Amino acid sequence: MTTVVKGEKVLEVKDLKTYFYTQEGELKAVDGLSYYVAKGESVGLVGESACGKSVSALSILRLIPYPPGIIVGGEIIFFGQDLLKATEEEMRHIRGNRIAMIFQEPTTSLNPVLTVRTQIAEALELHRGMEKEEATQECIRLLKLVGIPDADRRINHYPFQFSGGMQQRIMIAMALSCNPALLIADEPTTSVDVTVQAQLLEIIDDLRRRFGTSVIVITHNLGIVARYVDRVNVMYAGRMVETAPTEELYSNPLHPYTIGLLASVPRLDSERKKSLRVIKGLPPNLARLPSGCAFHPRCDYAMPKCREEYPPLEKIGENHFRACFAEISKLQKAQ
Amino acid sequence: MKDNHLIEIDQLFMYFPVTAGVLQRRVADVKAVDGISFYIKKGETLGLVGESGCGKTTTGRCILQLYEGMKGTVRFEGVELTKLKKEQMRRMRRNMQLIFQDPFASLDPRMTAGQIIGEPLKVHGLARGKEYKEQVAELFRMVELEPYMADRYPHEFSGGQRQRIGIARALAVRPKFVVCDEPVSALDVSIQAQIIILLEKLRDELGLTYLFIAHDLSVVRNISDRVAVMYLGRIVEITMADEIYANPLHPYTIALLSAVPIPDPKVDRTRKRIILKGDVPSPIFPPPGCRFNPRCYMASDICKQKQPELRELTPGSEHWVSCHMVK
Repeated sequence: MTTVVKGEKVLEVKDLKTYFYTQEGELKAVDGLSYYVAKGESVGLVGESACGKSVSALSILRLIPYPPGIIVGGEIIFFGQDLLKATEEEMRHIRGNRIAMIFQEPTTSLNPVLTVRTQIAEALELHRGMEKEEATQECIRLLKLVGIPDADRRINHYPFQFSGGMQQRIMIAMALSCNPALLIADEPTTSVDVTVQAQLLEIIDDLRRRFGTSVIVITHNLGIVARYVDRVNVMYAGRMVETAPTEELYSNPLHPYTIGLLASVPRLDSERKKSLRVIKGLPPNLARLPSGCAFHPRCDYAMPKCREEYPPLEKIGENHFRACFAEISKLQKAQ
Repeated sequence: MKDNHLIEIDQLFMYFPVTAGVLQRRVADVKAVDGISFYIKKGETLGLVGESGCGKTTTGRCILQLYEGMKGTVRFEGVELTKLKKEQMRRMRRNMQLIFQDPFASLDPRMTAGQIIGEPLKVHGLARGKEYKEQVAELFRMVELEPYMADRYPHEFSGGQRQRIGIARALAVRPKFVVCDEPVSALDVSIQAQIIILLEKLRDELGLTYLFIAHDLSVVRNISDRVAVMYLGRIVEITMADEIYANPLHPYTIALLSAVPIPDPKVDRTRKRIILKGDVPSPIFPPPGCRFNPRCYMASDICKQKQPELRELTPGSEHWVSCHMVK
């Protein structure tokens, strides 16, 4: 995975703020998020439910339902263009074409009343201007690429005739149909079986290496992304709490939340009877966020200062940033 | 039946009919559980692992006698459950409870948490009046919730808290045996660990016996004493937990283990990966011979013809495997 030559920044998210206005009040789902993805790079966006990881991805494609959601600030620079300033017409050319997305639930994201051919060919005809016959051939090629056997017959089948793993492959084929520069995979493996998870991640990684596509993988499981991403961004309550190159983050995590997440994943290579460590408490309710650092009620290292102000994201190593006041030496000792 | 066995299952079959046409003729069977036998010792946790559609949930429900039309025997403390009359079985159910996978679907949205947890006490006539209230409050504390939350409705709780309510409901009747059907797979990673630790604590305090069902070998690792791996309705390997992780023998178990990523890229990259081809076949038309043979990387001719039996490798080793290729 290090063999890819990393190029310029394909996507740069700057100080993104996406809020939802509901009966419960203002929910800051994403609150000042910044990161970038370089060409051919794969970036992981990790966090628990409601940390804002999916909302930030939907913001990139401007798919936030309005009302109640609205992008209140920030910039999303895609190849030099600020997507937040693009017209709806321009966005239509970008969605599914230059930025593609794989959704979490293949069963609900595929149209049940259209055949697979119709669904994939739609994008080919729309974005790549192909004729019907040409689109069909391309469709078969794509399905073969993602490992669907008997593709020339299977294109005439409906989604329900495929298993969950096969449906997720169709989603991947669809996402790749227009050679996107950026692929966003939102929990691509949560609804499929363990052995199929491995197959899907291999397919995505293989395509990234072959075509130099940039990839954002969104997940709540730090184990899943370890092998497949170059950099990990850890999110909590709408903000980035730590970001580092993958190896650095796993071997030297320096935010108490990252440390907790890593310790609560059951590991096959640890001593069996060693009990799991847990992060106490629950993810916060966005409508009633704690003051200061949102993680402080669950944090073992919380100090009075943490309740008062939000720690800024500060550089602590080569490409390694974190937002925490706790002393680094204390955190390292605890591991 | 051995004294220390709480549950013994012998040659269990559960086929669900597939019907067609206006006459609803039975045209085929979904062979969800296809001849399995195992036991669970008192106070032990047996992890049951396999992918979706392998029959692990059906197995759990068969033990609780929740289906009609199953074949085989299920013994609980020496009593054969399949022969019990309805009323006898109803009383027997007090001893065996179920924790469900989805804490969002398994709690009645119109009942308060207190009513949900207290209902089994009423149904089985275990407590009333002041005693009832005390017991419900005690159950709340047992699963580390506050008794004042009893008047809240399920939607006011988070996923992890709801799963705690489900656990308290199962434990209300003081069962001896609990089937935990993927109790953590719908939860966030940090909450999963909390629930697993709670289940371990309750098992040790109350002397419970668990059948812990999961689709992932890493989840059952900490909690299980023994682990059984299922594939398409049959058990392919069953042994002590330490043994299955240190010395897996069935090619499917090996592949399942290698599919679980380790959250450390340095370690993960050095592991050998086995990526299986294709999906799990349909349990309506399982492949002939060994059911795993179309996806197996070790299969030879005999695997396509003859179904392997589950055999103990060396007598007394308690390591059972069903594969022609394992010598």
